[in-house]
Amino acid sequence: MTGGAIVSGPHAHSKFSVAQTMVSVMVCLSPATALGFYQFGWPAILLFAVTVASALIAEAICLLLARRPVSIYLFDGSAILTGWLLAMTLPPWAPWWVGTVGAFIAIGLGKHVYGGLGQNMFNPAMVARAMLLVALPVQMTTWVLPPPFGEPGAPEFWEALTITFGGSGDIDAVSGATTLGFVAAGLDGGRHLTDIMAETFPLRSLAFGHVPGSLGETSALLLFLGGCLLIAMRVIRWQTPFALLLSAGGLSAALHLLDPMSYPSPLWHLASGGLMLCAFFIATDYVTSPVSGLGQLIYGAGTGLLIVIIRTWGAFPEGAAFAVLLMNACTPVIDTYTRPRIFGRDRKGRPLELPKGARQ
Amino acid sequence: MQLFSLASLKRYGGNFGIRGGVHPETRKYLAAECAIETMPLPSLVRVPLQQHIGAEAVPLVKRDDQVLKGQLIGKARGAVSAHVHAPTSGRVIAVGQFAAPHPSGLPVATITIRPDGEDRWGPHMPRMRPEDADPAEIAQRVMEAGIVGMGGATFPAAVKLTLRERYPLHTLIINGAECEPYLTCDDRLLRERSEEVVDGIRIMARALGITKVIVAIEGNKPQAIEAIRRHIFAVGPEARVVRVPTLYPMGSEKHLVQTVTGLETPARALTAELGVVVHNAATAHAVHKAVRYGEPLISRVLTVSGFGVKRPANVEVLIGTPVSEILDHCGGLTGTPDRLILGGPMMGLPIQSLRVPVIKGTNGILALEAAETRRHEAMPCIRCGGCIKVCPCGLMPMEMHARIHAGDLDGAVETGLLDCVSCGSCSFNCPSNIQLVQGFNYAKGRLAAKQSQKHQQEEAKRLAEARTARMEAIADAKRKAMARRKAEQAAKKKRQAEEKARQAEAAATEKTSNAGTDAQTAGPPPQEAAE
Amino acid sequence: MIFAIATMTVLGLGFGTILGFAARRFHVETPPVVDEIETVLPGTNCGQCGFAGCHGAAEAVADGSAPVTMCPPGGREVAVQLAEIVGADAAADLSGMEEAHEEPIVAFIFEDHCTGCTKCFKRCPTDAIIGAAKQIHTVINDACIGCDACVEVCPTEAIILRSKPRTLRNWHWPKPDASVGSAA
Repeated sequence: MTGGAIVSGPHAHSKFSVAQTMVSVMVCLSPATALGFYQFGWPAILLFAVTVASALIAEAICLLLARRPVSIYLFDGSAILTGWLLAMTLPPWAPWWVGTVGAFIAIGLGKHVYGGLGQNMFNPAMVARAMLLVALPVQMTTWVLPPPFGEPGAPEFWEALTITFGGSGDIDAVSGATTLGFVAAGLDGGRHLTDIMAETFPLRSLAFGHVPGSLGETSALLLFLGGCLLIAMRVIRWQTPFALLLSAGGLSAALHLLDPMSYPSPLWHLASGGLMLCAFFIATDYVTSPVSGLGQLIYGAGTGLLIVIIRTWGAFPEGAAFAVLLMNACTPVIDTYTRPRIFGRDRKGRPLELPKGARQ
Repeated sequence: MQLFSLASLKRYGGNFGIRGGVHPETRKYLAAECAIETMPLPSLVRVPLQQHIGAEAVPLVKRDDQVLKGQLIGKARGAVSAHVHAPTSGRVIAVGQFAAPHPSGLPVATITIRPDGEDRWGPHMPRMRPEDADPAEIAQRVMEAGIVGMGGATFPAAVKLTLRERYPLHTLIINGAECEPYLTCDDRLLRERSEEVVDGIRIMARALGITKVIVAIEGNKPQAIEAIRRHIFAVGPEARVVRVPTLYPMGSEKHLVQTVTGLETPARALTAELGVVVHNAATAHAVHKAVRYGEPLISRVLTVSGFGVKRPANVEVLIGTPVSEILDHCGGLTGTPDRLILGGPMMGLPIQSLRVPVIKGTNGILALEAAETRRHEAMPCIRCGGCIKVCPCGLMPMEMHARIHAGDLDGAVETGLLDCVSCGSCSFNCPSNIQLVQGFNYAKGRLAAKQSQKHQQEEAKRLAEARTARMEAIADAKRKAMARRKAEQAAKKKRQAEEKARQAEAAATEKTSNAGTDAQTAGPPPQEAAE
Repeated sequence: MIFAIATMTVLGLGFGTILGFAARRFHVETPPVVDEIETVLPGTNCGQCGFAGCHGAAEAVADGSAPVTMCPPGGREVAVQLAEIVGADAAADLSGMEEAHEEPIVAFIFEDHCTGCTKCFKRCPTDAIIGAAKQIHTVINDACIGCDACVEVCPTEAIILRSKPRTLRNWHWPKPDASVGSAA
């Protein structure tokens, strides 16, 4: 009947595929991305396009080198998603080559050196971001807050081309620090938190995204809603984001209670920077996170703690990328120790004892 | 005494939960409203002698024999085996090998009968009144009727009815879950023949000496639940119908036991060790017919469904009817289906030929079109954990798959390969469409093959040692015979020599002058010959 | 600097001495591997390896003159066990045996060509061939180890080796093709 080899059951399938998974994630990411485009104008759109296209090209080259079927892999969505996530973490007015180099690092070094889809140990986008941050400290920390898209003062398309492709442009006019960077610098300078906070953006701006930062650092609220949609669609499970937000919030709350003068409030922590993006879209990456629910709880909690620790005591104002990479390294260990209990066996794999009450 | 426990709280809601499980599109609407119809006599019936788990039955008829409906034509061999009966009257036209209703299409011993069209019954087994009958007698009758588990596992039912001799039993669960998509034959049976089914349940409960009976039916069959509830009082006050959630694989024996009783069967143990016996609803119907009317198991109800079938239906067919004739009865195929399956789409077996017969455990014939089946391309595992989430056995299918793929079968066993029930939930849910279950089936088959190979190697070693011993014994015997013959010859020679010597002596006494030379040429000296 | 060099030298010498001493002091007499190998081999003395029986083969494997894959009836299973006994470097030899010996081999007699000469069943190490003089012989599949001995002696070339016929009892699902894009 099949004309080919006889195959074993099940003959039915949920009809959910890898590509559909990736597309769902992109759909849930798109509101926040769109807001970012509105916020930062044409340069951000151009950089985004360049990064995603570079990711696809890098994927195609790697597939050709590895002699794998390009047509099947290239449009499974994983390369596009990697490029997308990377673009979300870049300064929106960065020159095009930052995005291209990042995409090649992500796809080449982050993914294909390990053997391609499903084989990589570390989140490719975060590998790229971490390397860029170390290698290009100036380009990676030049933030802008231009007038929103379409309003006077926002760069036109032609201006945007010069910003993205033609070198510097007049960025200085609008550059500033991210809230995280600003607070970290202020604290390092020995100032009181209340003074710093008064000068920085209020929580509402953080939630709605009217702050300088990367595309993914803007609207915590939209990212949160997109993430909840992703959970509702059963693409990701609730464990990782829940544990991550809880632990990050919990640790920052404890610190804040200890010394409100030096440690910012938990709400500020949750709403600022890439924490939301990390909780719902980056830490939940299938390939590099644990597979069982319990494992994901541990992993999420670890990531959340590390983010707050790095933000508070580390050298970088934002620690999401490093926290995720560190926890990625722990994934195999977590997986080993969080196996589900086998039906009819205890946790150690021995058959259950026959219950006494069963024999009446 | 238990005053309060969390389990009792959960109980209040109805059921105990199981881990994992999936919700495949059931598509039961295709055949759920089709009343059971009886198929006309087929032109040919092919009755395999192996329709059950255990040893093959021994044929009792030969070519050109006339058989009557219900006549015993294959006798059970050994404890775990089942009788086979002629499904209709006619002439045996072959006793030989024919393709089995199995994915391999390999041959199995089969009795082919050309029906004479009269459908004449042979002598029935005497009717029994189960109310007065001895439990052992009932079990004996179920054995004589050749009844096996009709949910697909085909374990001889009589063996399960004698379990009270070995385990203290307290609950009989009737499995009417029918969790496989498409299949509706148990649903129809429970609805249309509820009285018969309940009577069968009652008989089985009596055979097992149990009063506590639970009929478990999935919530998507409200009419069946209603119908059985109307009649269940006949079994006794402790019998009840439980509505279990519509979740695949609810019909898996151990998972059903956990759902309705909360008891988790230990690995590698039988549910009977917990005091619970599970029988299929269709088996209960067959028991009813065997005990009340003395009719052996020669027909069954099955579902013909799938988008590839013109007229989906629930048909009562004779065991041994070729699949092609059943499909013709249902209006034939709409085109060339993507897959033809015996059983349900989750655990059913694909077949290569339409000429194979249906057997006692066949509960469905599905002709699935490409839109209903799995896609054909596999992607690499993306570690989404979907297989782990849905596995009802708490396994890590992706890890087992990786180990099997790397050839590490022992590693797969360590991670729980032998606890896998091959339900297919993992493959169903895999976004990469990896053939997890086939990999597990392959690994289980390889392990069994290895086991038998090891056994065979030991046997060969034993044979070789026996042969060496025999050869040595033969050689030894030969040597001894040779030595004896040699000794005899030597003795003979000695006698001859002595004779000659005597003659020579006699001669010497006659001719004393040349005696010395004569004696020397007479032969070797006696000492030498005796060596 | 001189002090550093001196320290390192002293340390090196000290540890070297300790290690050398330990190696002599705690020297373990390796057990005779030949016996161990012989228990792994099928023990049917079929002679397919070209050595004088399984004991001869075991000696050859032990001194390295025969590869661990020399036993066809044992197949991959035995080869793996032998590799474990004689050392890991032998594992490289196994790659060639991957699928080739998965299928068990048995002898098969073409009955048309068989003259009933009884040579084969006299030669069979496991008595897997039954028959009598002037009668057609046949092979018991379950007892045959596929050793080739009967094939060599058959005067009419009526015996061949073939893979063991599949039956419903020994059939199992084939290994799924895991390559990407393959037909599932």
